[in-house]
Amino acid sequence: MTPPATPPAVLAADRVGFAYRGAAPALADVSVSVVPGRSLALVGESGAGKTTLLRLLLGLTRPSTGRVLFDGRELATRDRSLMREFRRGVQPVFQDPYSSLDPRQRVGRIVAEPLRSLGLPASSGAAGPAPRGGKAAVAERVGAALRAVGLPEEAAGRYPHEFSGGQRQRIAIARAIVCEPRVLLADEPVSALDVSTRVRIVDLLAELRDTYGLTVVMVSHDLAVVAALCRHTAVLEHGRIVEQGDTASVLGSPAHSYTRRLVGSVPRLPRL
Amino acid sequence: MSLLEVTGLRVAAADGRELVRDVSFAVDAGERLGLIGESGSGKSLTALAIMGLLPAGMTVAGGVVLDVPGLGRTEVAGLAEQRLNALRGRAATVVFQEPLTALDPLMRVGRQLAEPLRRRRGLRGAALRAAVRAALTEVRLAEPDRIAKAFPHQISGGQRQRVAIAMALACEPALLIADEPTTALDVTVQADVLALLDALVREKGMALLFISHDLAVVSAVTDRVVVLKDGVAVESGAVADIVRAPAHPYTRSLVASARELDSALDLAP
Amino acid sequence: MRRLTLVSGCVLAGAVVAIAVVSFLWLPYPPEDTSGGRLAPPGLPHLLGTDKLGRDLFTQLMIGARIALGVGLGSVALGGLLGVAAGLVAGFATRWLDDTVAVVLDILIAFPTLLLAMLLVAVRDASLGSAILAIGLAMSAVVARLTRVLVKRVLAQDYITAARTSGTSWRRIVTEHVLPNIWPTLVVNLALQLGLAVLAEASLSYLGLGPPPPNASWGRMLQEAQATVLVAPVGAIAPGVLVVALVVGVNLIADGLRDVADPTRRRTR
Repeated sequence: MTPPATPPAVLAADRVGFAYRGAAPALADVSVSVVPGRSLALVGESGAGKTTLLRLLLGLTRPSTGRVLFDGRELATRDRSLMREFRRGVQPVFQDPYSSLDPRQRVGRIVAEPLRSLGLPASSGAAGPAPRGGKAAVAERVGAALRAVGLPEEAAGRYPHEFSGGQRQRIAIARAIVCEPRVLLADEPVSALDVSTRVRIVDLLAELRDTYGLTVVMVSHDLAVVAALCRHTAVLEHGRIVEQGDTASVLGSPAHSYTRRLVGSVPRLPRL
Repeated sequence: MSLLEVTGLRVAAADGRELVRDVSFAVDAGERLGLIGESGSGKSLTALAIMGLLPAGMTVAGGVVLDVPGLGRTEVAGLAEQRLNALRGRAATVVFQEPLTALDPLMRVGRQLAEPLRRRRGLRGAALRAAVRAALTEVRLAEPDRIAKAFPHQISGGQRQRVAIAMALACEPALLIADEPTTALDVTVQADVLALLDALVREKGMALLFISHDLAVVSAVTDRVVVLKDGVAVESGAVADIVRAPAHPYTRSLVASARELDSALDLAP
Repeated sequence: MRRLTLVSGCVLAGAVVAIAVVSFLWLPYPPEDTSGGRLAPPGLPHLLGTDKLGRDLFTQLMIGARIALGVGLGSVALGGLLGVAAGLVAGFATRWLDDTVAVVLDILIAFPTLLLAMLLVAVRDASLGSAILAIGLAMSAVVARLTRVLVKRVLAQDYITAARTSGTSWRRIVTEHVLPNIWPTLVVNLALQLGLAVLAEASLSYLGLGPPPPNASWGRMLQEAQATVLVAPVGAIAPGVLVVALVVGVNLIADGLRDVADPTRRRTR
């Protein structure tokens, strides 16, 4: 194995390929690294393989070829302690805040799910769910997560349908950060939202990135959001990475013709 | 006399809540107007009210007058379904956000497109087939014969939206209403479809009512905009003026949000 | 409005339940008592008269309520349990297994309940258990098919993916997300199935495939009263009225239940 030139990646796709049964490959020979503190955007249009790559990085699907690495170790569903560490370290936010929250659970329960499933916060030393005082500790973590995303703690007692789209996305982000992950994988986190809400969620993600040292990985076709949030950008076309590098240079002076077309297509406001 | 005159339009839900309140604007023949607002602002309801397509239970008040040369002045609100049907298509048609639901999934694209052509121009047989082909070519579809034989799910989202536009144009409307026509599309496809709409509206001298939540998109295709918030028209004027100097606080925040995202793209390489 | 449906359903079905409960504690006459003479008219001492064997009709009706509810609830319990289990398995299954289950279910649903009942009676005997088994098995296929669709719909939601990325076990995903989300629809459907099961039991008994005497069944009472319906109409009308009351009551409850368990339909505080 060749040592990486950049600081060691938390999460990496190493020459991964993926094909759905009986179909042309959705991904071919894709390598991306998530380096701590360097937010990454995966840019591309529908059918480019963004969502497939995200599912691989979330450990939901196994690549047909290549490897997905977490802290340099290959993901293996049978290695339970590795998977637990991985689940705790990498959390998702989805596009549609109406589909991503269980309508029958109260917000407090939704946000607490990663804690319950991961058995957090673990009582000192002992593994498994905390026996006593565990409930209070969970409630405290949930309250803190809700505050961090700009929602009142009382939100915990209400149901998702009582909230607007933007607030629901905040709840989904609270669930993702409640177990203090290192990486947030966001799949088009703002594209279902109105423009003003979109700006506020982008600001929130930027704030979380800066204050909690979260590394944001965002899949998006919205170049403005990518430019606002991510330092590094990889451009996907037809399941391959055609260009990657610093966002400023990839989007500012695109080298590949597809990237140029993508950048040229973004509708802009009239100049002042 | 304007082609479309909306005066004091009010739309109320079945439970009495007012969803559109006292909205007025006019569109002249060949003019382009943008309706901009976020979800729940009443922009789509306004479009449906113009077409007389509001869901059952909703009540409409105020005036919607379509004045089309050759069809005369018609008050849409309260018009019988039969008269409305005669008006839809020739006076105004809509292109919706999601072309997949706007097309019949079980009918080949060519047949769906043939229907308005037959009705509007009385074409039959070979002449009708030629017209379908011409209509598909007009919306810059590269393989008109293959598309005509395909079912809606067999073509891409961008191609479907082009087919929907071709169907709208087949009626030769005086006013084209486009309700978020590119929101469901990819960026590059959106750019192509916007350019297509722009060119077609110019060629045919149609008026365009373009509805969107995206200020940048609206400014790319229209000259004037009306800003809607919670069913109220808070501001209207030339796109350039509104983007440069928004007067109403809501418009100011809307422009600021759009500006914030837009400026992120001003990257120094 | 919903509340009214629920209340009137509870009143109708509740009356039958009350009769069934009372039948365990008190009966006007022993079920086999024929001392009243044949076809006595309604009045005293026999409230609804007697049948052609001289048995008290009111006593028979009370026992019939017990049987109808027993078979109905028994088969819903059996069919619900089997159906939900099979539907869950199919809903979670991979493509190949799922397709197989779907085909098997379609065949089972097409298989007539009556034929299944006849087969079971031939193999076992005509008894309460056979009736429950036949109706429950037939019902389980319908419930399984519904459950499968509901499960698939829930599994496609992002909150399931979110649960998986937190390492939530499949067992917990089923109990905490899938079942609570499909439950309201299932309960409504099971209530409708209860009504159908009561009707099915009446049909089986009418054909002589139901539980044998001394279990009085409304279906058999109808059949026995058929020959003398012109002389003693009460014998046919009374069980008919009770069947209708129970089935309509249960259906009204099903309709009224639709909203109760759904937080998204409850008014916001």
